[in-house]
Amino acid sequence: MPQAPIVEIQDVSFGYDAARPVLRDINLSIARGAVVGIMGQSGCGKTTLLRIIMGAYLPSRGTARVLGRATAELDGAGLYDMRRRMGMLFQFGALFTDLSVYENVAFPLREHAALPDDLMHDLVMLKLQAVGLRGAAHLMPTELSGGMARRVALARSIALDPQLILYDEPFTGLDPISFGVIVRLIRSLNDSLGATSLIVTHDVQEALGVVDYVYFMAAGRVIAQGTPDEIRSSPEPFVNQFVNGKPDGPVPFHYPAPAYAADLEVAVA
Amino acid sequence: MNRSMIDLWVGVFVAVGFAALLFLALKVGNLATFSTDQSYQVHAKFANIGGLKVRGPVKSAGVVVGRVADIRFDNESYEAIVSMTLNVNYQFPRDTTAKILTSGILGEQYVGLEAGGDGVMLKHGDRVRLTQSAVVLENLISQFLFNKAAEGKEPAK
Amino acid sequence: MTQIAALRGRLERLGATVTSQVWRLGYASRFLAYLVLHSGTALRRFRLTIAEIYFAGVLSLVIILVSGLFVGMVLALQGYETLQRFGASESLGVLVALSLVRELGPVVAGLLFASRAGSAITAEIGLMKATEQISAMEMMAVDPIARVVAPRFWGGVISMPLLAALFSAAGIFGGYLVGVQLIGVDAGAFWSQMQAAVDLRNDIMNGVIKSVVFGVAVTWISVFEGYDAVPTAEGVSRATTRTVVTSSLAILALDFVLTALMFTGGNS
Repeated sequence: MPQAPIVEIQDVSFGYDAARPVLRDINLSIARGAVVGIMGQSGCGKTTLLRIIMGAYLPSRGTARVLGRATAELDGAGLYDMRRRMGMLFQFGALFTDLSVYENVAFPLREHAALPDDLMHDLVMLKLQAVGLRGAAHLMPTELSGGMARRVALARSIALDPQLILYDEPFTGLDPISFGVIVRLIRSLNDSLGATSLIVTHDVQEALGVVDYVYFMAAGRVIAQGTPDEIRSSPEPFVNQFVNGKPDGPVPFHYPAPAYAADLEVAVA
Repeated sequence: MNRSMIDLWVGVFVAVGFAALLFLALKVGNLATFSTDQSYQVHAKFANIGGLKVRGPVKSAGVVVGRVADIRFDNESYEAIVSMTLNVNYQFPRDTTAKILTSGILGEQYVGLEAGGDGVMLKHGDRVRLTQSAVVLENLISQFLFNKAAEGKEPAK
Repeated sequence: MTQIAALRGRLERLGATVTSQVWRLGYASRFLAYLVLHSGTALRRFRLTIAEIYFAGVLSLVIILVSGLFVGMVLALQGYETLQRFGASESLGVLVALSLVRELGPVVAGLLFASRAGSAITAEIGLMKATEQISAMEMMAVDPIARVVAPRFWGGVISMPLLAALFSAAGIFGGYLVGVQLIGVDAGAFWSQMQAAVDLRNDIMNGVIKSVVFGVAVTWISVFEGYDAVPTAEGVSRATTRTVVTSSLAILALDFVLTALMFTGGNS
């Protein structure tokens, strides 16, 4: 019997004000245990969609069901309950700069579980070991490199063993080695925790290598979806341009401007 | 800066802050005088209280024996009623005079009590019958001018 | 015709600015109410508040004490010049003490607190917002207002009256140094006249009340501006500037109102 999807977005539209919709008629379904990617150009609305899944915004139309409940129906307590079962990795880690690596990972444990110190210590060490940074527990966030900071943030986001892990642009600005580390961790953590992962990114090639399914967005709509292979060979021109990194196509090279000849100072003979 | 150092410094800060408040209260202000002793109230009527203020001192022989508690206007006798809180350790006879005096030449005004000779003492709620109002500068000046004018006329007679 | 249109445009913008400021005040008031109602964490986990008392209060000690000392010394110097002309140089203690306890203590300490601690609080909260630490906390189902903002608010409110008292005490000591030790006013007269003139309830208590009111105002403005800052570097810098300017204006305006209420009127 198929399990209910962890995330189900039905006909969702959203706009910060009524005149300019950011998302239009989005339909999305993420099955348990899957690693799903949401890709598209900057500004296509994928981060906004992530915020809706997080419950930070409510859809203007349609329903967003996360972990079995519609976000619009949640009260404050319900929202916090939902978020305790989710983990989110922010773009640059968003570590608490006044706390050490250990304290950062221990933060959700301290806030939500009244654990004795020795048990908490072991749990924190477990999470740090999973991301390979157990030896860095005493360092402060300012002493970490970008890749290490992101790994610590990842350890923090899985501290409470979430059922759903959200990644907001996890690959931005990483060197190839850190890149490989994060890619490996996304898959291994998802499988070992039995969780579901949702990655919002525009790093196409790398993401296609790790996800099970892809949703492609442009201008607030889902214009293509499928397995990585289907996406790579998609006939959709925008997807084609995006996946192959072509400079010109449905997204034009030139920003809209008046006629070139008219703009030149020296008259063309 | 670990936790125990922070706690220590905060403790020092709060302690020093309270010490400053205590210093202000005791050494700078007048907490040391008067607030905890027992007291009793008497009143007096004056034709003019001048610049007397509530909480001004009540002195006898130059020593502070009480404070002005309240100043009201009697709409029937058109006089000022001054209520005074006196230290219970100081008893005054019923025929005590209350005068409104000025400390120095231009200083603040206070109530001066001059004890009489009656054997019976003032009780809580009693009225001091003998009073002398404040010296009002304008009246003094007009009196002086009037006297001067009178003097001027006499030799001419 | 275009002049009228331009004038109307300017009036509309003025009206919009005024209404937006009024709206912002309402928003800030709701923020304060929420903050106070959700102060449970700040009180139960008092460690957090203690850390904030350290950052707002202890780290402001040096500037407060040094400034207080100098203000007191200047008061004594200036005051002596004028009082001496009326033969009232023995009242120097009264002058220094009353000026400090009633006005300069709460006000100057408040202004210094706003520029040192207030701007630091705004910058801290604003930067946490800009680096998504606030969002991260929300995602971890921790209320950032209860966890981050409330301890800073109570830390500031607790520190401010203590700092004002320390300022006044340092100032009186500075006045004593200059007046008695340097100039030669009689020490006995200095202290005894001061004790006679400074009333516990009227002067000192009112000064403490003022410093509490200023503390609430400054800290409220600081945490609000930080929390409401635009999450960019420029946004945070503008928020810190706004904190210092608004706090200073608020202190001076409240000082006027409080002084009018406390120190004037009637036979008292």
